This record gives sequence, structure tokens and C-alpha cells, in this order.
Amino acid sequence: MSDDTEDTIAETETLPLDAWHRRKGARMVPFAGYHMPIQYEGIVTEHNWTRNQAGLFDVSHMGQLMVTGDKAAAELEKLLPGAIASLKPGKVRYSLLLDDDGGILDDLMVTNATPWIEGDEEAGTEGRWGEPAYYLVVNGAMKWDDIAHLREHLDDDVTLTHMDEHALIALQGPSAATALNRVMRNVIDDMVFMESVVHDFGEWPLRITRAGYTGEDGFEISLPAEFAESFADRLCAEIEVRPVGLGARDSLRLEAGLPLYGHDITTETDPVSADLGFALTKRRREEGGWMGHAPVMQAFAEGPAQKRVGLAIDGRMPAREGALVYSGDTQVGRITSGGFSPTLERPIAMGYVDTALAAEGTELEVEVRKKRLPATVASLPFVPHRYHRGK
Amino acid sequence: MARYFTDEHEWIDVEGDTATVGITDFAQGQLGDIVFVELPDVGSVIDKGKDAAVVESVKAASDVYAPISGEIMETNEALEDDPALVNTSPEEDGWFFKMTIGDKSQFDGLMDQAAYKSFCDGL
Repeated sequence: MSDDTEDTIAETETLPLDAWHRRKGARMVPFAGYHMPIQYEGIVTEHNWTRNQAGLFDVSHMGQLMVTGDKAAAELEKLLPGAIASLKPGKVRYSLLLDDDGGILDDLMVTNATPWIEGDEEAGTEGRWGEPAYYLVVNGAMKWDDIAHLREHLDDDVTLTHMDEHALIALQGPSAATALNRVMRNVIDDMVFMESVVHDFGEWPLRITRAGYTGEDGFEISLPAEFAESFADRLCAEIEVRPVGLGARDSLRLEAGLPLYGHDITTETDPVSADLGFALTKRRREEGGWMGHAPVMQAFAEGPAQKRVGLAIDGRMPAREGALVYSGDTQVGRITSGGFSPTLERPIAMGYVDTALAAEGTELEVEVRKKRLPATVASLPFVPHRYHRGK
Repeated sequence: MARYFTDEHEWIDVEGDTATVGITDFAQGQLGDIVFVELPDVGSVIDKGKDAAVVESVKAASDVYAPISGEIMETNEALEDDPALVNTSPEEDGWFFKMTIGDKSQFDGLMDQAAYKSFCDGL
């Protein structure tokens, strides 16, 4: 037997929950430079548990950064195509780091983490917003490059802090809110998707963000690494919560149509062909002033040569990353991630195809080991998102 | 009937001139949930060590190599409808294919059950 997907990395580091995962029976694999749990009980079981209950994911490999300073928003807007200056405290936005050619260096979440400083009646001070602060969560495999890129281009008046003493735990699934609310009463009652709060739970200073990477309602909770084990144990004490590994994280995000950096989006892809135009705010498209603006606007004007689409594949044989897509004898695209959907019980994939063939329902073929599999362009997500958007 | 094991985690049952081939319980545990098995064509002749089948788990595709040289005589059609048989009954109902045995000296160097067990314990 040979497994052709696992990379071996020379110096693999451990994360704060390493021993906890091993006690829970995880199989550990090297990923993004760390030993990470690929699965505990089994990928399909964990996948279905997350869709029906709540999965706890350790995503501490991801880069957690804090950008602070009076000019923080303006400086970030030089590198990100989204509106950062108009992002209100406690709000979260999906964004991209682009290079000069409009290629995607990474995708990330940006939270306006500017603290509210309570007034003090005795001292005669009123409540006010503190120093502007933006909390960034970037991909684990890209974080060192991202930090170098930010350090190079952000003004010296802005401070970039790598929160490498922090763990990040995601709780995802339809029961995530129920479980978290039972643990911490009323903390998340008023929160909707893409909002973030800080909350001291006993001695644990938490940042709780209602977002995730599974398509389900859920939360990402950042906390100092020293408390990660007791916090994970506290969540897993709830009947709805079980630990879920990287394997199910990948099948869940694929069903949710969410791109994976390094596979579905790279420096070779731009926001237009990747169908991530929503991350580019209208005002910022018009005004520019961000790295990659000219080539990206040119791509918008001309229309992309290829587009990222979903592909539903007939039969049971999965088509994986790298498989070529055909229309008749002509190669018209390539799969960038693919696998078996536990929810739909069929193979699904994401990839790039010629724009003329990117319409939903277009019938194409994917070649796997010299066999042609019928495939149909499908709208993303494959499994509907169930975010908690409030009213 | 003799059962041999390879260091690629395949088992081979030998009965007369026919060998039945599958993957071991250890192998299915490593692969996880199996969603598809691509089997060789009946009548094809495969050399020892060459690709004979592909096992697709949710996570990845893994090659299964021919443990001996020979001609494929029959494949397990039950795996088409229920590939998870490889998870639930890897060393019985989840067999992959039957093949001819060209040369019995090919079994030299393969492991028996006890040797395979200590091989896995050492991994």
C-alpha cells in the first residue's frame, strides 16, 4: 500500500493540544509543519457528527496576528482589497492578501478587535474606544510568508504581533451554539455570523468569533495556549461535542464550497477567476489603493479565462486534485480539490474550467486513471450553508 | 490453505493454483472509510509489484500492488455496491481479486500470520 498524499516534513512541531489529541485516540499526521489530528473515530463518522451535532476542531496551526496602531486600518487597506476602515468593532470580514499581479497570497479573516475601555466615574473618565486593533487569522502553511509580507509593507507606526502563545479551537455544527451557551450562559445570545467578542470565562480570556470553515453555524475561540487543554475538555464534556480531525474538516469545507489555500486558490489564481469577488468591496474596487488593484480590475473588465466551479461526478470513483477536465477531446480545466461527500454520498470536486463552460448544468468529463467520468457543473455550495445570520 | 502476508499489507490465500488477494485489517484501519475500490480487469496479466487495484478512502487514493505475478481470474463484484466491506470484513468478504499463481517460488520471503503480526507491532 502507498499513500500518495501525506507529506513528510523535516522538523514537525507540536501544538498546545498535542497530548490531548493523542489521549483522545487521534491519528496524528504532519500538516503545515505541525503534528495534527487527521481523525479520531473515522472521517465519515466525524463529518456526519459535525453536520448533525457539534465538532471540536483544533486549528491552532493557523496564524493569529494582531495589527495595532492609529493607522492600522489605513495600512491594512493597502494590502487587502476589502473595506477595513468601515469595519465596526466586533465585526469580521473575509479578505485576501494579493500580490502585485493580483495573485492570491493567502485568504484570511479580519476582525476589528479595537477594545472598549470602560469609563471610571471616580476618575471622571468616560468610556471610549482604545487603540485601533485588527485581529487576523491566516492559513497555517502561509503564516510565515504572510508575516514577512505584512512586516515589509505595513508602516512602522503600526505594530504587528504574532499571537503564537494562543491556541485556536473551532466548535462547528447545528448544536454548537446550544453547547457553548450551556457552558457560558448568555455570552453568545446576541451574536450573529461574522461577529466577534472578547469574554473572560473564569480565568480564561477568550475571543469568540461566530464563523468557521464547515458551512455550519459555529464558533472559533482563541485563548492562551496554557488553557487550551482544560477548555477543550470543558467543551467535550457537553453531550453534543466530539473532537473532529483534519480529514473531516476537509470534506466539510469541500461540501460547503469553501476554497482551500494552496489548492483551490494560489498566486496563480486571482479573485475574479476564483469567484471571490464578494471579498472586494465596491468602494475599494473603484478607489483602488491596494496591491494588485490594476490587474484585478483588468480581470473584472475582461472577464476571467477560467472560473472556479463545483463539479458533481457520476458514479462512486472520486476525482482528486490534479485530474483534468474535458469537453469532448479538449482539455477545458483541472480539478483543484475533490473527494467523496459523506453528506451526499457521491464524489464531488472543485476546480477551474473555461468560462464558457462554467454555467451550472454544463456536462463535462473528468479523467481519472485514464477513465472518463461524467461530471456536471454544480452550484456551490454542494451542501447549503446554515450560518446564524439573525433576523 | 496457506495464507501469506506482504510488507505492503496485503494477504494472499493460496488454494491449489489460485491465489485470493485482499488488504489486511491493519491496512483498512490506516486507510479509514473506504468509498471506492477500482479492481483490475478479469483476464489482465499483472506482474508482481505493479499496480493491481486502487483503494479510495475519503481522504486519498492508495495503490494496491500485485503481491505475485499472474492472470486475474475473478474480482469481488460485491465491492462495487458496498466498498465498505473492506472496512468491515477486510480479510474475508472484502477480498479484492483471484489470480493464477505462475510460479510458487514467488511466496518465498512472504510472511505468515505470526511474522506479519510482529511486523505490524514494530511499525
